[in-house]
Amino acid sequence: MMMHEVWKLLFKKPFTNKFPAKYAPKNVHSYLRRVKSGKVKLVPPIPPPPNFRGKIQYDIDSCVGCGLCAQVCPSKAIEIVRDKKWIIMHCKEGATLAAPLKIKIYVSRCVFCAQCVDVCPRKCLHMSDEFLLANEDKLSRDLIIPGP
Amino acid sequence: MSENYTIPIGPLHPALHEPITLKLEVSGEEIVGVDIFCSQVHRGIEWIGMNRNNAIQSIYLAERVCGICNISHPFCMVDAVEKVTNIEVPERAQYIRTIIAELERIHSHLLWAGVAAHEIGFDTVFHYTWALRESVMDLVEYLTGNRVTKAIFMIGGVRRDISEEGAKKIKEGMRFYLENFHKIEEIYLHDPTIRMRTRDVGILTKKDALKLCAVGPVARASGVPKDVRQDYPYAAYADYGLKAITPDMYNGEVHGDVFDRIIVRLLEVKQSVDIINWALDNMPSGSILAEKNLVKLKIMLKKAEGEGVGRVEAPRGEDIHYVRLKAGEEPFLSWKIRAPTYNNVLPWIPMLLGGQIADVPIVAASTDPCMSCLNRVTVVDTNKKKEFEITKEYMHEQSIKKTRRLMRNGQ
Repeated sequence: MMMHEVWKLLFKKPFTNKFPAKYAPKNVHSYLRRVKSGKVKLVPPIPPPPNFRGKIQYDIDSCVGCGLCAQVCPSKAIEIVRDKKWIIMHCKEGATLAAPLKIKIYVSRCVFCAQCVDVCPRKCLHMSDEFLLANEDKLSRDLIIPGP
Repeated sequence: MSENYTIPIGPLHPALHEPITLKLEVSGEEIVGVDIFCSQVHRGIEWIGMNRNNAIQSIYLAERVCGICNISHPFCMVDAVEKVTNIEVPERAQYIRTIIAELERIHSHLLWAGVAAHEIGFDTVFHYTWALRESVMDLVEYLTGNRVTKAIFMIGGVRRDISEEGAKKIKEGMRFYLENFHKIEEIYLHDPTIRMRTRDVGILTKKDALKLCAVGPVARASGVPKDVRQDYPYAAYADYGLKAITPDMYNGEVHGDVFDRIIVRLLEVKQSVDIINWALDNMPSGSILAEKNLVKLKIMLKKAEGEGVGRVEAPRGEDIHYVRLKAGEEPFLSWKIRAPTYNNVLPWIPMLLGGQIADVPIVAASTDPCMSCLNRVTVVDTNKKKEFEITKEYMHEQSIKKTRRLMRNGQ
C-alpha cells in the first residue's frame, strides 16, 4: 500500500511552489538586478485566499481620531498622535495641541487580527493582500503607517 | 549491570520541541521509575489578561496559548465570558463555531498521526499524512483568512460567516477526507509493523485513567467514555447528539495502549467529518453576532460582574478557562487556564513503567503532549543517583532501530 503511494509520488510534480526562485541564487543583489532588467522572471507566489489579513492600510483623511482601534488592539501596535500635516499647514508657533488626532500603526507589532478594522466607525482601515513584510529594521519606513 | 541509573530527558521534549524534563530511572534497558518536571509556561499570558488587556484583546491572547489548539482556547475563554455577561449566542454562530472547532480537530489529529509515524521511524507515512492535512489547512485559511491564528471568535458570536461558496468548498474537502480515510486506515491500522510497535506498549488501564484524571483521546483509548461534547454539550453538539469514541467500537476490545490511541484519533477524524457535514446541512440562517456594536459590547463587559467557567473539548482533551470579572474594571479580575496536557502528563508514569527506552518517544507522543499548555511543576519522586545525558537524536535512533528489528523478526 505504502510502496504504491511512494511510486505514485515519484512521478508526480512537486507540490511546493518554488517562490521566489527555483534555486537560491549565488548573489542575491545581482539576481535582483537581472530581475529588474527583465532577464529572469520570479516565480509568482500562490495567491492569498479571499479576505486574507495582510498589511494594514490606513486612510488618514477620513480618520476622526476616536482612538477605538488603539483600545482594542491586542498588541498595542497603534499609537495616537497629532496630525503632522495639519501642524505644518496651520500652526507656525507650535500650538500643536489643537491639531486633530490621528493614529500611527507599527506593523512590526501587528498580529493581523483585524480587530481595529471591525471597530473603526469611519471604515478608514482595511487589510490588504500584502504579506512580504520581513525587514531587518523593525522601525523601517515600510513598517510604519502612515509613512513619514 | 545491577545498579540503577537516572536518565534526564529534556528539558527539550523527546517527541516535541517544547520544554519539559523527564527523569527515568533505568536498570539496564528496563525503566523502573519516572519523574516529570513541568514548566510554568503561560503565567505571563494570564498576567497580561489580568492587568493589561481588556476582554476583547484577551481573545487574541488566548489564541496564542497553543499553536495547534488555537480554536479551543479562545472558544473556551469566550464561552466563560459569555456565561458571566449572559450573552446569548445566535444559533448560526454556534454552528459556525462547531464547524471551525471540528476542522481544527481533523488537522490536529492528522498532525499527531504524522508525528507518531515519525517517532517510530516511518518518515514516508509522516509526509503522506501531512500532505493530507494540507487540504484542511487550506479550508481553514479560506474560511478564516489565516492558516494558524484564525481570529474568528468574538464575545457573542463569530467574526466571519460561511458563504454558500464556502459551504460548497467545505463539503468538497470533507468528501476528499471520506475518500482518503480508508487509505489512512490501511496504513495505520492494518500495517503489521505499526501494530507490532504499538500494540501493548504504553498501557494505561481504565482504573489508572480514572484515578489520574486522564482526558480526551488518552482516556477514551483506555475505555473511559469521557467527552465534554457528550457530557456537557456546548455550541451545536447538543443538537447532533455526539457519542464518545472508544476503541471497542472498532474491534470490540480495549487494551489502553498506543495502538488504541491511534484507533480513537483516526475514528474521531471520521466523526468530525460527519459532524461538519451535518452542521452544514442543518445550519440555520440569521445573524452571527449577538452584539454587532463593539463599543456597546465593551461597555457591557465593563459593567459585568461574576465568574464563569468555559469547558471545551480540545483535540487533546478537556480544556478549562476560569474567568472572573469585576464591575468597573476592564481586565479580568482572575483568569486561569487549565490545558488538557496537564492531566495527560501524569498518566505517563504508568505508561512508561516497565517499558523500554526505545518506546519512550512513541509513548510520550501518544498522549499528544503540548508542553506549552502545561502550567505547574509536578515532582513525583526525587531520588537520583547517577546521571548521564541522553539526547533526542539518540532516542529517535533507538526507536527506529527497534522498528527495524521488529520488521526483520516479523517477516
